[in-house]
Amino acid sequence: MYEKNGEKYFVVDTHMHYWNAAPDNWVEGAEQYAKGWIECFYGYHGLGPEDTRWPLDKYQKYSEDDLMTDVFDKGHVDIAIFQPTNLTEWYKEGFNTTERDAILFEKHPGKFVLNTRWDPREGEDGLKTLRHNVERYGCKGVKLYTAEWREGSRGWKLTDPEAYKYLEACQELGITNIHAHKGPTIWPLDKDAFDMTDIDHAATDFPGLNFIVEHSGIPRIDDFCYMATQEPNVYAGLSVVVGALMHARPRFFARCMGELLFWVGEDKMTFGSDYAIWEPKWQVEGFVDWDFPDDEAFSDYPRLGTDGKKKILGLNAAKLYGIEVPEEYQLGYGKPAAQDDAKLVTQE
Amino acid sequence: MTAVVAERDRILAALGEVRDPELDEPITTLGFVSTCVVSAAGDVVVRLRLPTYFCAPNFAFLMVADAYDVVSAVPAVRSVDVALEDHFASAEINAGVAARAGFAVSFAGEAIGELEELRRTFLTKAVLAGTDQVCRPLLAAGLDPAALVTMTIGDTPPSAQLERLCRRRAELGLRTDPAAPLLIDPGTGESITGAAVSLHLARARASRVGIEANTGICRGMLRTRYGTTGEGEEEDEG
Repeated sequence: MYEKNGEKYFVVDTHMHYWNAAPDNWVEGAEQYAKGWIECFYGYHGLGPEDTRWPLDKYQKYSEDDLMTDVFDKGHVDIAIFQPTNLTEWYKEGFNTTERDAILFEKHPGKFVLNTRWDPREGEDGLKTLRHNVERYGCKGVKLYTAEWREGSRGWKLTDPEAYKYLEACQELGITNIHAHKGPTIWPLDKDAFDMTDIDHAATDFPGLNFIVEHSGIPRIDDFCYMATQEPNVYAGLSVVVGALMHARPRFFARCMGELLFWVGEDKMTFGSDYAIWEPKWQVEGFVDWDFPDDEAFSDYPRLGTDGKKKILGLNAAKLYGIEVPEEYQLGYGKPAAQDDAKLVTQE
Repeated sequence: MTAVVAERDRILAALGEVRDPELDEPITTLGFVSTCVVSAAGDVVVRLRLPTYFCAPNFAFLMVADAYDVVSAVPAVRSVDVALEDHFASAEINAGVAARAGFAVSFAGEAIGELEELRRTFLTKAVLAGTDQVCRPLLAAGLDPAALVTMTIGDTPPSAQLERLCRRRAELGLRTDPAAPLLIDPGTGESITGAAVSLHLARARASRVGIEANTGICRGMLRTRYGTTGEGEEEDEG
């Protein structure tokens, strides 16, 4: 939790990782990719404030203690949601698998929500693993990478018949939150892998599922906004949006926030630190202090107040995941109903 | 010596015509040109760099191939050596461009088809973003949004933004004559009218924000990756 100026914020970090990208985990023959990948992440890391940056060797592999301290003790996070990234073709034990995340999930009850992943090209075996993970860890969400190249397949779409089988299984198993990664990818080489029309269709066909587009579709935030405004069950995940822009490019951050508030709205935006790309502490504190620059250029965007920040930092995600939020963090706690609240009624 | 300097300026100016298709900005001002050397005999060496090891290879290929083409077209150039550095697909891209092989051949088995469709997609976004750049100052100066509907290119006050918008429209084969409507659907070329105007302007604004935010992230990562200023690099708004 975070408290500022008498306001209490319940913080759900909806997008974070526990990875091992150290050389001892690099697959032989794929070292350049394993190295290139984590160095690419490290480039993003450099967009955070200077005093929050780590040396590369720690960044490649941080400890359980680092994570618990950075996220919970210093980072103001109440509940953190693991989002797995396998990358087993480059990292021997995977980069950040469900199994690796599960170690911390099981050791620290009440701190984490454990999401898993699936890939429709894994067929019946993949469905079995999905069922197993739900039974064992109570997963309510999945992280999907639609652009992944696999054994000659050039990625997949949420609208593929095989993917619909998995989405149906999600409905049946009680997985309600589909986090889709539509960000940068590598293969296949010629395609614009960020295309989001499949989410549009799947969101219409599965109204009982929530589709959280991570990084808000950056670098296609415009396409994302236009799609999300038409689908009530599509959400904007703010991981990377806050981390990469709020400190390094404050005016662009304000514009992105403006667009998201305009098209998607504060009820459908969720905070994510993307730890360990960046620590949550400066992101949470900076976000609570944030406001649009006092400039005509931002005048046509909706404003974001304390209640909106509370929703984005935790209350929206708590609803999506059925996380119980103590009363003192709820909107309007401890405040008498204002006369203004009845304005519409009295005017009628 | 002065002749070499002048020739180098011409090469850099030519490279300034090559844009990152996604960011719609010259590779020079973005800082992507790390080296540009011209010998007295007219042998040119250009080295390009990108913000990450994994930047999309399709866009990277377009930039290297375009750089090769514009430098080759400069008079008095005898030989051209253009190469991308520090990228996971450097070898394939550089060999493919040098052999003028095209993208699909350079990545046989990993890519299907050439990249013109991709380029069109991003030109479409550039036209939308350019529409915001042209219209926003007009609206800020008090123009009634309804007036935009009947405005033509010829009615629009001249500006660098308008010239840029017309160049992008021309690349897409869209009208740029004085009688052409200012607000058009960049996909179809049809004019935008009535209730569709406010949505069109909102999309134009979002497209511009998208491009500018991407550019901001790319510039920041390039700066983290390389501490040096590129040839012809210019700072942006931040």
